[in-house]
Amino acid sequence: MRYLPLTPKDRTDMLKAAGVKSVDEFYTMVPAAAKLPKLIDLPLHQGEIEVERALTRMAAKNHPAGSGPFFLGAGCYNHHIPATVDHLIQRSEFLTSYTPYQPEISQGTLTAIFEFQTMIANLTGMDIANASMYDGATATAEAALMARRITGRANIHIHGQLHPQYREVIETYIQSYEGVAVKNSAPDENAACFIVQTPDFYGEPQKLDALRKQCTDSGALLIIVINEILSLGLLPPPVEADIVCGEAQSIGVPMSFGGPHLGFFACKQDYLRQMPGRLCGETVDKDGRRSFVLTLSTREQHIRREKATSNICTNQGLFALAFTIHMSLLGEIGFKKLARLNHEKACALADRLAKVKKIKLPNKTFFNEFVVELPMNAAETVKKLTAQGIIAGLPLEGGKLLVAATEMTTESDINTLAEVLENMCAVAGVKEVA
Amino acid sequence: MSLADRDRGLNIEENLLFEKGANGACGVDLPEPKNSALRTGFEPRQKVGLPEVSEPQVIRHFVRLSKLNYAIDHGLYPLGSCTMKHNPRLNEKVARHPGFAQIHPLQPEGTIQGALEVIYTVQQWLAKLSGLPHVTLNPAAGAHGEFAGIMVIHRAHEKKGKVRKTVLIPDSAHGTNPATAAACGYQTQTIPSTKDGTVDVDAFKNMLNDNVAALMLTNPNTCGLFEPRVKEIADVLHKAGAYFYCDGANFNALVGRVRPVDFGVDVMHFNLHKTFSTPHGGGGPGSGPIAVTEELAPYLPVPKIVKHGDHYHLVSEDKDSIGRLKGFNGQFGMAVRALAYMLSHGADGLKQVAEDAVLNANYILSQLRELYHVPFSGTCMHECLLTDKIQKAQGVTTMDVAKTLIEYGIHPMTTYFPLVVQGAMLIEPTETETKASLDHFIAVMKMIAEKAAAGESAALQNNPVSSPRKRLDEVRAARHPVLKWTNQGT
Repeated sequence: MRYLPLTPKDRTDMLKAAGVKSVDEFYTMVPAAAKLPKLIDLPLHQGEIEVERALTRMAAKNHPAGSGPFFLGAGCYNHHIPATVDHLIQRSEFLTSYTPYQPEISQGTLTAIFEFQTMIANLTGMDIANASMYDGATATAEAALMARRITGRANIHIHGQLHPQYREVIETYIQSYEGVAVKNSAPDENAACFIVQTPDFYGEPQKLDALRKQCTDSGALLIIVINEILSLGLLPPPVEADIVCGEAQSIGVPMSFGGPHLGFFACKQDYLRQMPGRLCGETVDKDGRRSFVLTLSTREQHIRREKATSNICTNQGLFALAFTIHMSLLGEIGFKKLARLNHEKACALADRLAKVKKIKLPNKTFFNEFVVELPMNAAETVKKLTAQGIIAGLPLEGGKLLVAATEMTTESDINTLAEVLENMCAVAGVKEVA
Repeated sequence: MSLADRDRGLNIEENLLFEKGANGACGVDLPEPKNSALRTGFEPRQKVGLPEVSEPQVIRHFVRLSKLNYAIDHGLYPLGSCTMKHNPRLNEKVARHPGFAQIHPLQPEGTIQGALEVIYTVQQWLAKLSGLPHVTLNPAAGAHGEFAGIMVIHRAHEKKGKVRKTVLIPDSAHGTNPATAAACGYQTQTIPSTKDGTVDVDAFKNMLNDNVAALMLTNPNTCGLFEPRVKEIADVLHKAGAYFYCDGANFNALVGRVRPVDFGVDVMHFNLHKTFSTPHGGGGPGSGPIAVTEELAPYLPVPKIVKHGDHYHLVSEDKDSIGRLKGFNGQFGMAVRALAYMLSHGADGLKQVAEDAVLNANYILSQLRELYHVPFSGTCMHECLLTDKIQKAQGVTTMDVAKTLIEYGIHPMTTYFPLVVQGAMLIEPTETETKASLDHFIAVMKMIAEKAAAGESAALQNNPVSSPRKRLDEVRAARHPVLKWTNQGT
């Protein structure tokens, strides 16, 4: 077996050195009932050729974004990843290292985390950011729990259109607590937080000043959720927030069927000690040289156990690195340019679809994603378009379809979608919407 | 940085990218925007605060940073309970196939049949290896799997009409166990260990009552020992109407050789980034699938995958389910990697993995037991536990041993964990080490013990001196937190 270096002679010599006759002697504590008489009923080992063939066969059954027009978003976006990013994250020193608990020999990872934290803080306009969370949905749930700890209040209030899966995850996280309600209303005196997604699930960027005032008046924390982090290259930073969290998959992380993605978490300095997750801080070594180290771990499970701020241990290290590399390549100029390009692609898509008879575009504003109202059922339409090699977007209720455009969207993709929709709309009657 | 503080030979000193100056450079070439009227409802964003550097600068920066890291591909990484084994590159290659990497989680079902087949196949392998028939890959990491498992148990009690309030956890457990129980709304009670390093079964029996929802037990435990009375523990637990949650962090000792269902487990999590070789990536991503009994299957999180004939379906609504754990479908990319690993090893190879992992740990234990205090007698499973009891009397602590290993080019073992012994050194070599690599580690450990015995504690306390950094002032980092770079200087 190619991954196992011990030779039969090594095994014999080592068993002898350990003072046993066979490896069975190490398993004497295993109850008789748990001793297997034979191998588990699974296939035997295979070479690299066979394994690669088996997995390539499975991959070939899927329809990747690059193989045709593609307009799906809804919290996971099809962006370009520069070749540099994947090359660098595959370096052994990053790929095959553990959590940097030994800082003397982990300054590479730690420095990159410090840069990641700086980027997230600067993007969001917050004072501090952590070293990443599992994804946007779990980051949002953790933010809600953090607001409950800070305010000592029970309820979680949501404004407008939060990604439905994010809401479901919040419900999962709080289901064992008594007396917690998740409400779609303005915050009151029992509200721990007010969660606002921007752009919201339907793509509308939100004005935050009035929402900030509602929070200040009621004493709830304002949690801003962003699941298209690229929007921060064009929209203003949500400085009104107490906590900003969400999904950073758009920068450097492949869609990969929904994971691993990259949750981020930032907040005001005042709330530092209630933050979940790992934090990297600056210090000096014995010689006074600047160094980085995981810090404030008295919040975390391995020190505080049942009193920890969260049970989270692992973060998304490698993809926080991918983000940091991609964001370094983009930089101040490229990031804003990419955001603008995305917006312009979405404008081009909107302009073209607006020319299709019977189609309505209800969004007043958008970044790179918006709702299309079709004169026929959206789910059925998506099915028909899929058969023609077009991944058209996410069907919502009735004739509503959520579509996104990115820098990957071409003029020809847009025309293809519009032309097929033109034909379908032309024959569509009003009854077909439901 | 003055010249005196710059590189020497291949020893790197690297500033932050933010400090490389804002000179208008950019590492990507994008088409020029038309700068037409915005439809966002806002003025365009002004300053963000990002570096301005070209592609060669970015590559050089991160390659230079990488050289400051230790990694498995560099040498032995014997972190106990972390299973730092070789990460096959075939896994990486297949995960990057566009058919896996460039698919969206909300694509129509007909366009993702291969992805669902991957998840379904990994579920089947984990079910066979654990003996527990129902598996979900939704949890994002081990601790997230614990959360899912304890919530499943919570829901099962709820369905039976009695919400129980307590979870029992041995004092040797990982910190995530009590943190998870608390996150699920439970009070925790700590079961003491015996002087043999295993669960005190009498104490456990005394703590058991009809308010106990579950036991969270790591087996083999964090002392590196298989719990000898685990079946008896499971039986009395079940008789009391409670469930057995097994923390599968140490599954590498058992994989392919012992099935947890056979010693009474109801729910367990797997760490794909430990047992099944997906990379640790400097701290993540992990992946923490759970497996459960037939009885608990209805409560598993959504989405669930159902197979009808040759077609796979994603089921996102299920009335008994604990609900959704994270966005979309778990850490799918890690499942692809784990499947490549499972298919490569097969049933025979995985059994050999467990046996070689256990043999390697016992070989180290046998060679070091004369020089270091071994708190628990007998053989061990896939990790061995030593303490600094002998060396401490000579002025050398576990911390000094760890930092001296760094000086001699080896990553330290897990230190000061488990908490049940003082000055713990938990050593897990894994199965992917050569005998020569183990012999080198043993030789360095012997030398450290000899130096300590010879009164050279001062030198050991000063280690490391050859690494990129010497010991850090961790107190300063926590007292005066500096968590980001600012252009006023950090």
